[in-house]
Amino acid sequence: MKYETVIGLEVHVELATESKIFCSCSAHSFGAEPNSHVCPACCGMPGMLPVVNRRVVDFGMKAGMMLNCDINRVTTFDKKSYYYPDLPGAYQTTQWFAPVAVNGRVDIETSAGKKSVRIKQIHMEEDAGKLVHDISEGTTHVDFNRTSVPLIEIVSQPDLSSAEEVEAYLVRLRTLLRYAKVAECEMAHGTMRCDVNLSVRPAGSDVLGVRTEMKNMNSIEAIKRAIEFETARHIDALENGTEVLVQETRRWDDAKGKSYAMRNKETAGDYRYFPDPNVMPVVIDDAWYEAIQNSVPEFPEVKREKYIALGLTEYDAERISESIMLCECFEEASEACGNPKEVVNWITSDVMRILNAKKMTYEMLNLDNQALGKLISLTGDGKISRANSKKILSAMFDDRSIDPEAYAEANDMLIGEQNDDMILDVVKKVIEADPKSVNDFKNGKEKALMALFGKCMKELKGNCDPQQLKVILLECING
Amino acid sequence: MISKEVVEKVAKLSRLNLDEAEIALYAEQLSQILDTMEGLQQIDTDGVVPLAHVLPIENVFREDDVGQCFRQEEVLANAPEQSDGMFQVPKIV
Repeated sequence: MKYETVIGLEVHVELATESKIFCSCSAHSFGAEPNSHVCPACCGMPGMLPVVNRRVVDFGMKAGMMLNCDINRVTTFDKKSYYYPDLPGAYQTTQWFAPVAVNGRVDIETSAGKKSVRIKQIHMEEDAGKLVHDISEGTTHVDFNRTSVPLIEIVSQPDLSSAEEVEAYLVRLRTLLRYAKVAECEMAHGTMRCDVNLSVRPAGSDVLGVRTEMKNMNSIEAIKRAIEFETARHIDALENGTEVLVQETRRWDDAKGKSYAMRNKETAGDYRYFPDPNVMPVVIDDAWYEAIQNSVPEFPEVKREKYIALGLTEYDAERISESIMLCECFEEASEACGNPKEVVNWITSDVMRILNAKKMTYEMLNLDNQALGKLISLTGDGKISRANSKKILSAMFDDRSIDPEAYAEANDMLIGEQNDDMILDVVKKVIEADPKSVNDFKNGKEKALMALFGKCMKELKGNCDPQQLKVILLECING
Repeated sequence: MISKEVVEKVAKLSRLNLDEAEIALYAEQLSQILDTMEGLQQIDTDGVVPLAHVLPIENVFREDDVGQCFRQEEVLANAPEQSDGMFQVPKIV
């Protein structure tokens, strides 16, 4: 029999705020001393009062708009009760009855064609603490730094049917949320996490099979492997009766390439959701709604088409529109120098080379884009040599405040007005000092000319139009 | 009437360890509470928005600024067991 896989995803994304969702502790827990970003509110002390971080609502709304959701104009917080050591208050403050965004859509494209994945809802909530197992035998250690770091959970409908579609969906989510600048979405850092709900049924059937939920996946590759494994396990159970499938939560062990049943968790009713009386309802008026709507960026496809219209190749337009940071770099530098084609050449060669060498992602790009445009202009106008412009760009990566012209001047890299005489002096001196190379060249050794050229360039500290130097050098040698 | 099983389940969810006498007592008391609620259910609430807060207060926010935290030793001051700057509990999972 033929089978089809039915997959829905719950994606948790850490929002890129400075402080936590209900208190003013720093939300940047990565690498901090354990339990150093904790206050009475986020460690669940009796009598504490949570106060909503306004930017969390801004980001929740914006994420909803990026995913084509309806925004609930009255959105409220609820308590989800369960006992676990990573949850100091014994309840998580989340959204159950009126989440910030509902009924959305994410469009993806795979080898199977285009598809719309429906988004059930996006809700805002607090993260739990971090558990560290077996520092000493038989113990678990608890660090509350991550407690109350703001998250959104994006719940899809079961519209996905393959590992390839899941990958396309996650990449698309990541791109859109990064475009909106609401989240880092780096699975390796835990700022994007994914639970996979999966079932298998005979192809064409409209009845869903027994669903299992897989947790603990920290890369897209691991998710794909888990889906392949779990699909095969379900089919094997249905075909050969190897086991009886039950609705359960499973842990994916990527090293072993297997999923394992976890202790049965509570069902929704057991969480005893009820409105949190300490967190006041959020009412989004038109002014607030419109302000967020106006901050929503153009989508990648729109940017790509715009760039193609500016004369970029489809390939380059695609590469630049992959990341909002590259888009901004391209757009702002182009505006500053008026030469988009030249800017894209710089980005796809020098900028990407430096990012690569520094092991930086596109999202970490922090250049002063206007200054980049100026550098490109100065180089194009022959005021800075190509070799020196690369050095200046490198310096601009380390120091955003560098003005390329001032920097070039301070470091003797600025090519002055026509200075044929100065070049001539240098050329004469170099030729005099190295008659052997001159003779070698006259006897047909082309390389000897390059040696002389190099020495002249060094003397001139690179501040010379290479073409101009070559002409003068040849004139001198040939008398 | 709330059954013994329901009381046991609710107690387990709340990590409460009840003896037989307590289970019987709570089953009776919880039943009385639910009976009272049953009475309230008779009221027609069509078109009435559920009330989560008795005061008409909304949109209480703070700005996204980082403030003062506890020091690590303050956070851990009440911990029955601790090491390595963290709370220590029996191994879960």
